[in-house]
Amino acid sequence: MSSITTREAPRGFSGAEYLTCLIGIVWREGLRFLHQRERFVSALVRPLVWLFIFAAGFRQVLGISIIPPYETYILYEVYIAPGLMAMIQLFNGMQSSLSMVYDREMGNMRTLLVSPLPRGFLLFCKLLAGTAVSLLQVYAFLFIAWFWDITPPPSGYLTVLPALILSGLMLGSLGMLISSGIKQLENFAGVMNFVIFPMFFASSALYPLWRVQEGSPYLYYVCEANPFTHAVELIRFALYGQINWISLAVVVICTIVFMIGAILAYDPSRGLARRGPAGGEG
Amino acid sequence: MTSPVPITEPREAPGSHPATVPALSIDGISHSYGPRRALMEVSFNVQPASFTALLGLNGAGKSTLFSLITRLFGIQSGRVSIFGHDVSKSPGEALRLLGVVFQPRTLDLDLSLTQNLLYHAALHGISRREAAARSAELLGRIGLSERAGSKVRDLSGGQMRRLEIARALLHRPRLLLLDEPTVGLDVKARADIISHVRQLVTEQGIGVLWATHLFDEILPGDDLVVLHQGKVLAQGPMSRVIAEAGAQDVNTAFMRLTGTQTMPGGGA
Repeated sequence: MSSITTREAPRGFSGAEYLTCLIGIVWREGLRFLHQRERFVSALVRPLVWLFIFAAGFRQVLGISIIPPYETYILYEVYIAPGLMAMIQLFNGMQSSLSMVYDREMGNMRTLLVSPLPRGFLLFCKLLAGTAVSLLQVYAFLFIAWFWDITPPPSGYLTVLPALILSGLMLGSLGMLISSGIKQLENFAGVMNFVIFPMFFASSALYPLWRVQEGSPYLYYVCEANPFTHAVELIRFALYGQINWISLAVVVICTIVFMIGAILAYDPSRGLARRGPAGGEG
Repeated sequence: MTSPVPITEPREAPGSHPATVPALSIDGISHSYGPRRALMEVSFNVQPASFTALLGLNGAGKSTLFSLITRLFGIQSGRVSIFGHDVSKSPGEALRLLGVVFQPRTLDLDLSLTQNLLYHAALHGISRREAAARSAELLGRIGLSERAGSKVRDLSGGQMRRLEIARALLHRPRLLLLDEPTVGLDVKARADIISHVRQLVTEQGIGVLWATHLFDEILPGDDLVVLHQGKVLAQGPMSRVIAEAGAQDVNTAFMRLTGTQTMPGGGA
């Protein structure tokens, strides 16, 4: 029998408790990913279709001149590989946010949100877990792409990792921010069309921006302002052991802004509170 | 801000000190969804080692109140504290003393029973070894040890509820909130769950707030809070609420207080 006669002094949380929580959330996200094999397959098929079919078709149409970080003429497949890696992360970020909307509708999200640890930390763990899943997908893509003559320097597989983590966090927090504003799962498809496709096509993923500038100066500025462009360029340079400082700065700033926005949106006195009763009829 | 007034005399459990801090204190809580007022100046306490039934029709505001206690919603006015810890000011300290079973299922259907429990333990910062030991113990207590590795989606509704209660107890809370936990269950599963929760009150001294609209889940020794259209109409020991309503039983008392008609099956 336990009873409390006076209020206990707050004891806070230890570093070990925070770490346990982080590992637990990443572990759960990994398990869910393993259980959804079709998600893994579709995450790989999508960029591979672009690589095998689209790039093969466009190889003769789009010539790529020597632009940094490349030091020689490259095949179109080589050019779009970083864009496709970022695309994997973009889709994964949106899929994670879709699952957050689903979890919220189904009630699973409450398990996370009623944890006593700070909510900002919980959401950050969730983002990190989503990013970890996207890394698995990207490296599986790179492995297959290697057989398609996409062969960056061996050290590039390592140097690209921090860039992938950063871009994964940026795109994941963007997805989380979007998910906080979606009331129903059905509304998500529309958001995907308004976010994923414009972000992907108005970027340097499929064509260098100097080509875009030749065609439409206005579109060029849109592409330059698109955070996804900078995620692509950050990955592209990192894959060849270089740093694109402007892209790094943009991605870091966007990550911070999106993350703060997502945490505020999931603050109990803001985001969720606006939506009416949280399930249950009572 | 008024000071919270206990609805029951503090109970003295054998071998324990008198409880002076309520397990749960709801003080002047109001909440609106835009122009619609869901809760109006709701105040009551739940004592440790007590079973308090929150009785109300669908739409009375029970789930909104639960969302405020668990910090899913921000508190617009009033104060909620758990063993003296203000939910708004020190949510970590308050929530670590709280176990919750929500009305909708919140289990991950594609994970096993053990995996669901381990995930919950991680969210409370409980180490893997400790979590594994507690999970095994709790699964044994609810008679689901054999199913530990099965996927949750293969369980029956009653088994899922038992698992949710076990999960809510994993971090050893001192207050347990259950939002209509027997909805959709058969008679035996309902009886098992109610009996299990009542055992937690008597054996472990846990304070329980049990939201329901079913009269037959309330016993004469329980504390009662009648919530209707966002307002507390009556509160106190069940016998007192019935007597003050000039009724013979809780069903009639509820109808007199709320001006509603009874529903078949003992439901309000």
